[in-house]
Amino acid sequence: MKHDIQLMVNGDSYSLAIDPSRTLNQVLREDLNLTGTKLGCGSGDCGACTVIVDGRSVSSCLTLAVEVDGKEILTVEGLAPSGEKLHPIQEAFIEKGAIQCGFCTPGMELSAYHLLSQNPTPSEQEIREGLSGNLCRCTGYNKIVEAISVSADRMNRKPSKRKSR
Amino acid sequence: MKRSGFDYYAPESISEAVVLLSDLGENTFVMAGGTDLLIRKRHGMIFPDAVVALKKIKGLDRISVGPKKGLVIGATALLADVAAHKGIQNKYPAISDAAKNTANVQIRNMGTVVGNLCNASPSADNAPALLALGATLSIAGPQGDRTLALEDFFLGPGLTALKPAEIVIAATVPPPPANSGAAYVHLSARGKVDCSAVCIGAHIELQGRKVNNARLFVGACAPIPMRTPRAEKTVMRKVFTEKLAEKAGAAASEEALPITDVRATQDYRNSMVAVMTKRALLLAHKRARS
Ligand SMILES: Cc1cc2nc3c(=O)[nH]c(=O)nc-3n(C[C@H](O)[C@H](O)[C@H](O)COP(=O)(O)OP(=O)(O)OC[C@H]3O[C@@H](n4cnc5c(N)ncnc54)[C@H](O)[C@@H]3O)c2cc1C
Ligand code: FES
Ligand code: FES
Repeated sequence: MKHDIQLMVNGDSYSLAIDPSRTLNQVLREDLNLTGTKLGCGSGDCGACTVIVDGRSVSSCLTLAVEVDGKEILTVEGLAPSGEKLHPIQEAFIEKGAIQCGFCTPGMELSAYHLLSQNPTPSEQEIREGLSGNLCRCTGYNKIVEAISVSADRMNRKPSKRKSR
Repeated sequence: MKRSGFDYYAPESISEAVVLLSDLGENTFVMAGGTDLLIRKRHGMIFPDAVVALKKIKGLDRISVGPKKGLVIGATALLADVAAHKGIQNKYPAISDAAKNTANVQIRNMGTVVGNLCNASPSADNAPALLALGATLSIAGPQGDRTLALEDFFLGPGLTALKPAEIVIAATVPPPPANSGAAYVHLSARGKVDCSAVCIGAHIELQGRKVNNARLFVGACAPIPMRTPRAEKTVMRKVFTEKLAEKAGAAASEEALPITDVRATQDYRNSMVAVMTKRALLLAHKRARS
């Protein structure tokens, strides 16, 4: 039996009728065409599918869409809603060369977003712990850690920017 | 034919959930965070006809620390919230350490402590500390409510003492006795992310410099998280020293029954049970003294 759900994704509201066994990852990518959220392992290990649900980072491959009915979801598309002006985290990723193939990047950036929302001034160790659920096959992580550290500094200097996301 | 989909129910009360579980039949699964359940489905280990989700039940995610009731961790309380809870960090640091060392950030934002217990993995990271601290489980079911010591809960890998249609409502840890301390230490191949190769929960009570009570549990080294009574006996009524902790570690290593698997070899696990038991005792002792 299909379930009627209401999703609030990046500020837009969607009404959907979905099979309850479908994951949030499937619904985002297949029904809403929001393909910025990736599917890697499908088993909670790689973090490529990370999205923010009600302020917390989760693996969308292990989240049933029916379970997030009525909740607020942020995907990588929502980090730069205008499509032009990038989020400070994204700017820093580009600047620091923290992106190679880019497959892990949306998940990395949303994990960074979650980390900085909980801890605006993380140490290097805390950044690494904050990324414990995200794998990257290309960069060796150092550039990613640097990028997050730089974006944290900038976001703290301009707190108004952070709120407007 | 095996079906790929399932029906989904999200009852709003415990009694409704119990009725659903009794009515829907055997191939129905309780779901808290789903981080174990959905993986088992994905790997084709289970093909649920129906899932009964607990998240909509109000108040089931509560975490409370009180002087009389001790610590109560509701069935849908997230690993992340248990790890970050100030009251738990203060009074039950072994419990918050265990939750903090389970899985990764995203999984802790989804998975629960009680789900970790109900999944009954021999390496469940939250089991040893809760066992060492004498936790009990509150269970609701078609025959009414009951309380069970966590020590009587695990029957084998993936097997628990839950009867059909029973749900664990909460895990409760009694208030820590005076001059007591507990610790959780673990070891895994890749740092924080993967499941433990060895994990230890230790609890000791001191009377002066002597150990008056000890509870020691080893995870990932037997079909269930196991108690090591000979190691406990080694420290009982003795003056606590590092040497004594080491002796207890050696005893625990003799008692543990590890196997070789992807996470570690049997030999390595045996050696590490000794080392980690000693470390857990030293930390528990330090906490008991402060
Ligand atoms: C990438 C990844 C890494 C992981 N790392 C670790 C790790 O380091 N250490 C570790 O110990 N675990 C780890 N796990 C396993 C898992 O995340 C934990 O066991 C988690 O605590 C399970 O909680 P849950 O709420 O998601 O359980 P669920 O998947 O919802 O449930 C687990 C099982 O318990 C049953 N159940 C759940 N709640 C109840 C209840 N209240 N009453 C009766 N039955 C119930 C379900 O039917 C199911 O069989 C990992 C998992 C993933 C995907
Ligand atoms: S795709 Fe979800 S964690 Fe890898
Ligand atoms: S940039 Fe290729 S996986 Fe991270």
